[in-house]
Parts: sequence; C-alpha cells; structure tokens
Amino acid sequence: MSRILSSSIARKVAMALSALFLIIFLLIHLTVNITSLFSKDVFNELSHFMGTNFLVQFLMQPILIFGVVFHFVMGFVLELRNKRARTVKYVKYNGAANASWMSRNMAVSGGVILAFLVLHFIDFWFPEMNYKYIEVLPEDPTRYFEELQHKFTNPLRVGAYVIAFVLLALHLLHGFQSAFQSIGLNKYTNCVKSLGKIYAVAIPAGFIIIALFHYFNH
Amino acid sequence: MTTLNSRIPEGPIKDKWTLYKDKINLVNPANKRNIDIIVIGTGLAGGSAAATLAELGYSVKAFAYQDSPRRAHSIAAQGGINASKNYMGDGDSNYRLFYDTVKGGDYRSREANVYRLAEVSGNIIDQCVAQGVPFARDYGGLLDNRSFGGVLVSRTFYAKGQTGQQLLLGAYSAMNRQIARGKIEMFNRHEMLDVVKIDGKARGIIARNLVTGEIERHSAHAVVIATGGYGNVYFLSTNAMGSNATAAWKIHKKGAFFANPCFTQIHPTCIPRSGDYQSKLTLMSESLRNDGRIWVPAKLEDAKAIQQKKLKPIQIAEENRDYFLERRYPAFGNLVPRDVASRAAKERCDAGFGVNATGEAVYLDFAAAIKRYGTEQAKIKGIHDASIEKITELGAAVIEEKYGNLFQMYEKIIDENPYKTPMMIYPATHYTMGGVWVDYNLMTTVPGLYCIGEANFSDHGANRLGASALMQGLADGYFVLPYTIGDYLADDIRTGKIKTDSPEFDEAEESVKKQLKFFIENKGTHTVDYYHKRLGQVMWDKVGMARNEKGLKEAIVEIQEIREDFWKNVKVPGSLNEFNQELEKAGRVADFLELGELFAKDALEREESCGGHFREEHVTEDGEAKRDDVNFAHVSVWEYTGKPSEAILHKEQLEFKDIELKTRSYK
Amino acid sequence: MNLTLKIWRQKGPQDKGRMVEYKVTDISEHMSFLEMMDVLNESLVAKDEEPIAFDHDCREGICGMCSLQINGEAHGPDRGITTCQLHMRMFKDGDTIYIEPFRANAFPVIKDLVVDRMAFERIQQAGGYISVNTSGNTQDANSIPISKHNADLSMDAASCIGCGACVASCKNSSAMLFVAAKVSQFALLPQGKVEAKDRVKNMVFQMDLEGFGNCTNTGACEIECPKGISIENIARLNREYLAATI
Repeated sequence: MSRILSSSIARKVAMALSALFLIIFLLIHLTVNITSLFSKDVFNELSHFMGTNFLVQFLMQPILIFGVVFHFVMGFVLELRNKRARTVKYVKYNGAANASWMSRNMAVSGGVILAFLVLHFIDFWFPEMNYKYIEVLPEDPTRYFEELQHKFTNPLRVGAYVIAFVLLALHLLHGFQSAFQSIGLNKYTNCVKSLGKIYAVAIPAGFIIIALFHYFNH
Repeated sequence: MTTLNSRIPEGPIKDKWTLYKDKINLVNPANKRNIDIIVIGTGLAGGSAAATLAELGYSVKAFAYQDSPRRAHSIAAQGGINASKNYMGDGDSNYRLFYDTVKGGDYRSREANVYRLAEVSGNIIDQCVAQGVPFARDYGGLLDNRSFGGVLVSRTFYAKGQTGQQLLLGAYSAMNRQIARGKIEMFNRHEMLDVVKIDGKARGIIARNLVTGEIERHSAHAVVIATGGYGNVYFLSTNAMGSNATAAWKIHKKGAFFANPCFTQIHPTCIPRSGDYQSKLTLMSESLRNDGRIWVPAKLEDAKAIQQKKLKPIQIAEENRDYFLERRYPAFGNLVPRDVASRAAKERCDAGFGVNATGEAVYLDFAAAIKRYGTEQAKIKGIHDASIEKITELGAAVIEEKYGNLFQMYEKIIDENPYKTPMMIYPATHYTMGGVWVDYNLMTTVPGLYCIGEANFSDHGANRLGASALMQGLADGYFVLPYTIGDYLADDIRTGKIKTDSPEFDEAEESVKKQLKFFIENKGTHTVDYYHKRLGQVMWDKVGMARNEKGLKEAIVEIQEIREDFWKNVKVPGSLNEFNQELEKAGRVADFLELGELFAKDALEREESCGGHFREEHVTEDGEAKRDDVNFAHVSVWEYTGKPSEAILHKEQLEFKDIELKTRSYK
Repeated sequence: MNLTLKIWRQKGPQDKGRMVEYKVTDISEHMSFLEMMDVLNESLVAKDEEPIAFDHDCREGICGMCSLQINGEAHGPDRGITTCQLHMRMFKDGDTIYIEPFRANAFPVIKDLVVDRMAFERIQQAGGYISVNTSGNTQDANSIPISKHNADLSMDAASCIGCGACVASCKNSSAMLFVAAKVSQFALLPQGKVEAKDRVKNMVFQMDLEGFGNCTNTGACEIECPKGISIENIARLNREYLAATI
C-alpha cells in the first residue's frame, strides 16, 4: 500500500484532487464576495453565516486549510523532486517550443499565490480568528462589509491583489485541465479545456473587479 | 572434407515436418536448465528464438550490438507478414503459399524448408495476436489482409506501415518476460567477434563489450546466429548503419559453409539517392504498389525536360506516360515480384527515361488510386455530384489511412508532397537471400552452430517475396529452431558447464585482440568509411542489378586491391578500451571486404539468370531472365580455406518433387 | 551552407564534459542531420581528432536509437520525426546549432552524445508483455474480434519507438508517455486485460524506482514525440493505475 501511496501517479492524483477541491472553494468564495458589489446586506448575511456556522467553521475550514497546505507542500515537494531528476542541465533548453509558459511555471505562479495568501490571511483571517476566538468580541452581523471596504483603500494592496489574481489565472489555465488529465478523465478533453479556460479567466477576473470596485467606491 | 547433408526427412511433403517432430530427440525439462544456449542477434529470428528457448527451460544468453533488442533492424520492415490463413476466402492454402514462395524464389530454394515455413505461417499470426500485436482489423473486428507482389491472393497481415516494428516488439516483450524471470541473460551493446569451437563443436563466443571495450568469453552448448543479412556490403542499402555480416562471416571462417552469396534482393521502391554524402537508402514499402502505378515518360524529350526540371510530372498527358510494368506484365502489373520490378525500372532508366537529376528514378503515382477511392467514398457518403476537389480530398484521406506514415517519411526526405505529385523511387539493396548454409534443422556445417532468419540461406531461393522475411524470421525462431535444437542437445545433457579457460578460448580471444590492436595501432591515412564506400561502389556497379563476366572479374580484382589497401592504410582513432564506434566499423568492413569477393566469385560461377541474380549473358529474347535448370538447379555452397579466392564450391542439388520447374512468368 | 556547431563532449561517464565549438562548411540542405554529423566526424578523423560518438542505426526513424537534443529540443526543431529524419533544410546558412545528449539522471551519459537508456528496458521487463507461451498453440487469431477503433488506438500507442524524447523534452524528465504507451497498447486489447492491474502497478513502480520525474501535464512529450503519441495515453495510464489500486 505504501508502495502505491508513494507512487508518482498517486501523488499526482492527490495534487489533482486537492486542486479540484480548491477550485470548488474558489467558486464559493467568489459567489459570496461578488454579492458585495450590489448588496451590502446580502454580503453581510452570507458572511455572517459562513463565519458563524458550526459546520463551516469546524469542519469545512480545517479541511480547506489542510487542502491549501497540502496542495502547496506537495506541489513544492514534487517540484524539488522533478528538479532532482535532471541534475546536469541543458546548456540550451527551448521549453517554449513544446509547452506553454503556464505549464512550465506552476511553481512560480503557485509561489506568488502563496505569498498572496499570507497577505490575505493577515488581512482577513487572522483578525477574524482574533475577533471570534481569542478576544471573543460580541458578534455584529453587519461588520463584514465595512471590514471588506476598509481593506481596499490602500492602492498598494489592491495592486498586489490584482497581480496575484493574474497569476492565479495563469495557474488555473494549466491547472484546471491538468487536474482532469491527472485523474484520467480525458474523454471530455475539449469540453474540459474550454470550461477550464472560462473558469481560469472568470474567477480571477471576478476577484479583481471586486477589489477595484471597492477601491473606487469606498 | 565435409559432405553436405541437408537432413530432409522422408515422407510426403505435407507430412514431413509433423513426422519429423514426432521422432525428434527431446531434452527433459530438468536437464534443459543445465544447458546453455547463446543467441547472437535479437531481431525477429533471434528474439523469438531466445524467448522460446528460455521458455522451454534452457539457459539463454542473448547478444545485441544495439542498446536494446527492440532496435534490431527487423523493426524497419513496413508492409506485412504472410500467412496462409485464407481468412479472405480467396483460395489460399499452405500449398499455395509454398508454391508462390518457391516460384517467387525462381526455383532455387529447398522445397521441404519452404513447405514447413508455409505450414507454420498461420501459427505465427495466432501467436502474435495472443501477444498483443495490434494488427489492422476491419470494421467487423476481424483481421485485415492486403496483397503483395508476386501472388494472386491477399494473405498479408499488417499493422499500419509498421508491421516489422510490431512483430519485433511482440518478440521483444516475450524476451522481456524471460529476462525478468532470469531465463535470458541479455547482453546489450555487445558484439560477437568470433565463435569458439571445441572438438569440432561450437561451444562459445568471444564478444566485445562496446561500452567498455572489454573482451569477454561466453560458453554454451550451442550457438545460434541470427544476425541478419549482409546487404551493407554495398555501403548504401536499406539496412541499418550497424547491420553487418561479422558473425556470419566469422563462423564461415571457422567452418560454416556459405550458400548463394550472390542472391541479393534489390528492392524496387526506395527513395532515390541524392548525393555523395548519402549514408543509407530508405525503403518505401512494397505495399505501395497495391495502389501506386509506376511510370516514366514515354517520350525521351519529356524525360530530358523533367531531368532538367523544365517539366513537372503532372504536366505529362496520360497518353505520353509509359506504365512499363503494366505494359510488360499485364497479369501482375505493378505487383510483379521485386527482382522483376527492379530490373524493369533499371532498364527504363538506362535507356534514358529516368525522372530525376541523376536519371535514376521512376514515378510511383497515386493519382489514379486517389480518384478511385475518392469516388468510392463519395458514393458511400451519399455525395452525388462530388467535385473533383472533394473526390481528391476523400481519396487522399483513404490513402493517408493506409500509408500515412510512408507518405510523411517521403515528404520529410524529398521535400515534395506525394499526395500531389508522384513519388520518385529507385531500386536499392534490401535483403540477402544467400547466407550461411543450414540443414533442415537449421544447423550449419559446424555441429552445435545454428543459423536462423535472414542470416541463413534456406527459404527464399534467388528472390524473396514481399512480407516473407518476417514470416521466415518468426517461423525459425518461434516454431522451428526450438524443436530441432533439442535433437542435437539431447546428447549434451551430461556434458556439464563448458569451461572458458580452455586453449580454444585462449586462442580465439588472442586472435580477436590481435585484430583490434592492429586497427588502433595502424595509424593509416584513410577512414573506415572511405574503404566501405569504395567497396560499395564496386559492388553496385559490377555486382549489382545486372552482372556480366567481365565486370565480375574486374570486381574481384578491385575488391582484392581495396582490401589490400585497407589493411595497409586504414585509420582508426581512439583506443581499445572505450566506446569506439570507428573501431566497431573497422572490423565489420574488414569482413565485408572478404565477403564481397566471395559474392562476386559466386555471381561469376553462376552462369544463369535467376531471381535477383541477373547475368547479362543469360537473357531471353524479350530481355527476361533465363534460368539454366540443367546446370544450376543447385545451391552453391562455399567452404572457406584461407582466402575468398580459394574457397571450395560444394553443390547441394535441389530436388523439385512437388512443384514442377517452370519458367517464371508474370505476363 | 556553413554552420557553427556547439557539441557536448564527454570522454566517459565519469568525465564532467563540456561544450566544444566546431565549424562545418559546404553542407547541402538535402543532407540529413546525421549525415552532416558524419561529414564532421570524417573531418575530425582526418585531423587526428576523436570523432563525436552518437547513437544511430536504422536512419529511417523507426529503431529509436538516435537521440540528440538539438537547439534545446529533442530530435530538433521539426515535428513528427527522429533526428535521423531531420534534414538540414530546417536550418539557415550561418546558424549556430547546439547539440546535446538527452538529459535525465535516469539516462546517464556513456560518451559524448550517447546515453544509457537501460531504465526503459527495466520498465518493460517489469510488465510490458502479455504472459503467453510462444508455443503457437494459442487460439485462432480471429477468435476474438476486436473493435477497429480500439485496435487502431492500440496501434497508435504501440508505435512508440522507445527513443526517450519524451523524457528528454519533459522539464521534469518524466517517462510517463513511454510507460503510458505500453500500458495503453495492452489495456485496449482483450488479451491484455487479464494482467492489466499487475502490469500497470509494476511498470509504474519500476518507473519511479529509476528516478524519472513526475508528470505535470505540460504536454511537451506529445509535441516532441517522433511518433506523435498522444498524452491521452497518460490519462489512460492514470485511470488504469487508479482502477488497479482502488
């Protein structure tokens, strides 16, 4: 069994499954956030639900954190192992001739996304955890919208968000269809590829619009 | 002096093999594992033999000069493999395959061997399908067949244009299974440089590890040579760069007689030569002649204009084209046997009708087939008033499905699109029917030394039919040798391991080392390739598609001169104990320089035209080959006595009991 | 045409190796790439220098022996061919061409441009076969009809020549396409189904043992594969592996 779990294909499938999980999470996250564009109340209501629901907080959240950490750790472990498979490098290597930039630089885009996530945690998650579980302040179901708007006043932060989401788009452009390939679902290749492209552009674009919207409308 | 005993069993031809197998000596399974067999060469014959012998329980050591058995040149066979399955219901049978093969070989092969070949041909297909060889199938899921030159039935099984590859990978996978089980010890990047005889029996080999240069001794109770043909004696051929005759020639020098060296097949459909730098010629499968029509311009002035690139082939009107095969051989048309097609092309080119700058090319045109298939497809698809463009498109798709990889290969080499303009082809050396003489058991004149596949002489006479080489290689390896070798080895069960520290091994190793050392220390003036090209030129010009007494005599003298020069002035860089490709080549060319002379001598001695051997002195009035069955219905078997020029000729008289000797006609 | 060649020279497995520059002149555009190398080698021998070792054999794109990384691409800039089928018309007068061996730790260099691809052999030995005796006593070849579609797909996968271009061009030095081709060939045929599970597990295990990298689906292998073997086969391999292990 350990022989199977440590196999390159099992690792690749694990990467794909965590990726698919994160892809679903991103969709939910965007769905919640996008409401902030047109309704303060709906956004507050959804955020309050997410922030206080027991299942979300104590089941979904740990799974999500595990998924994120797993995807990153595994991704970087594999990248290092892959580098080790060719210790003498080519003097001339024309990677662009046969593979897209995105597919060759998943570690780069992943690294940027990781840096962004650190910022994102500092911005939202740590204050949130502090608010709820350390200082145990009384819950105010209307606080979420202001907190959100407040964060998007700094142009540098907005800039960082935009860059990170562009990299996320690049990451997804390869990652989405790659995840399906890894779990062996190639029968709908064309469909998956088109869907992947739409998803990879639409989701990051949504987040970018939200950031810009609040920057210009606070 | 050894007398030739072909050991053909008694009985009617249909029962010979069965009756023989019933009476043959067998080795008990417990004893087999104490018996070592060395197999040299891991192509279709060697690979299938090694796998089967290992499966039977023998301890096998297999040797290949490449880095894997999968690279043997059997892999390059494109068109297909014959088998008398009669799946098409077109009247095929073992007898018909036997008959076609003997007739195609111009009545110079041994009946009993050929019948056995036809008999086991069906098993080969069963075996390969069981191994997972993905043969082409029709929409009903059953195996598809196509037809090949020289026959009137469709009996050729194929896997796209890569049949040899798939069959070799099948044998290779069978080998891998045995390698994994430890039954075959595989020696990649090793070259056999001599055979070791103890008490007159083959008991081992001397091999060079091509990576380290180390000289190794390997012993066995029997040695099997499956190293393919000697076509590279011409320098330019469709063989792989490394294909060589060293193993076959070394055993010849140690007592194995060499049969019919002058029977060489010149394949009609190869890509023409483009310049002096050319290192090899590329074959276009014979299957192309199923759909391609061969022609040259009918008018000399058109041919001249084409040679000077002033005219394009598609500009020549139908009535000004000479479809010379269809004209000369209406019954078989473009599907005449290879020797006939090659000579006809040469005849037209010699008369000045060649169609490239060198004047050495004819057209192979698919326009008619594209139109025919296109019309058929349009009908199937229900397109009633299909335009010419649509028909061409549909037809081209069918052609692509059938020969796509060949067309692509052609386009990469010539830089012309063969869907739009006819292919240019010219004959090139392809296969050698001659080879080491073997008896019915496939044993050479040295006890315990066997020779299978293209390396032996037995089945194809003076000309091999298309898709029969794969059949013979696998028949020998899977179904013949594994039985017949037991007959010999049954006496060896008490012999025990053969020691490698005997004086015979010492002596063989010493002579191998001496030759290698000579090459490195000679520090001459010319490279190995320089001599190989010179030899090739003489062979092609004077011992090629058409031969005559004067030319052959000159060739013998010239080859002797080149050989003398070679041994004085050859230059081999590098050192002994390293990966040294020039050193490998030097040894091979040294052997070709001797074989070439015997080849010419054999051609000179055979005063008739038959199959691939065409003597200009022996032609019928309409220019066809004229066989002499009274004086030459025999195998010319040469015994080495120190020099090719002093080789002694033995004759194995061929008896034709089941097929009447007739003039071969494809008209 | 006249060309500058930068070629990897390495005396043996222990040598560090380096790029060496050579000039070749009067190269015909109709030459194949390896014929150009022959011309260079002839001139090196004439000057008493050691010729450049490179693997090659059939020179018609089927044996899989030739293995050069040319200008950073396996088998050079053209598509659907091996190095021996690459012609000089793909290059221009005055070009500089980089020629290196296929690189991967699983393919150690033997000398100059020659690499050791025994890792592929061991993977095949781990299960790249159907366990059938070579007795000829199998059932009739037509007793199991196989759909033309699957037979054709199987043939496409089986056309792998084992050259290693997939490994050489993969940024991760992954051998997945090679393994996928063999697994697919058998997985698509009824004869291969019997041992399918063991086969895929054993071959993947051996592949990992050899030190090839992990597939990240960049698709470089498919582009560089001289036989155009599709990465759909890799998806099939993943599927077969999952099916075998779950």
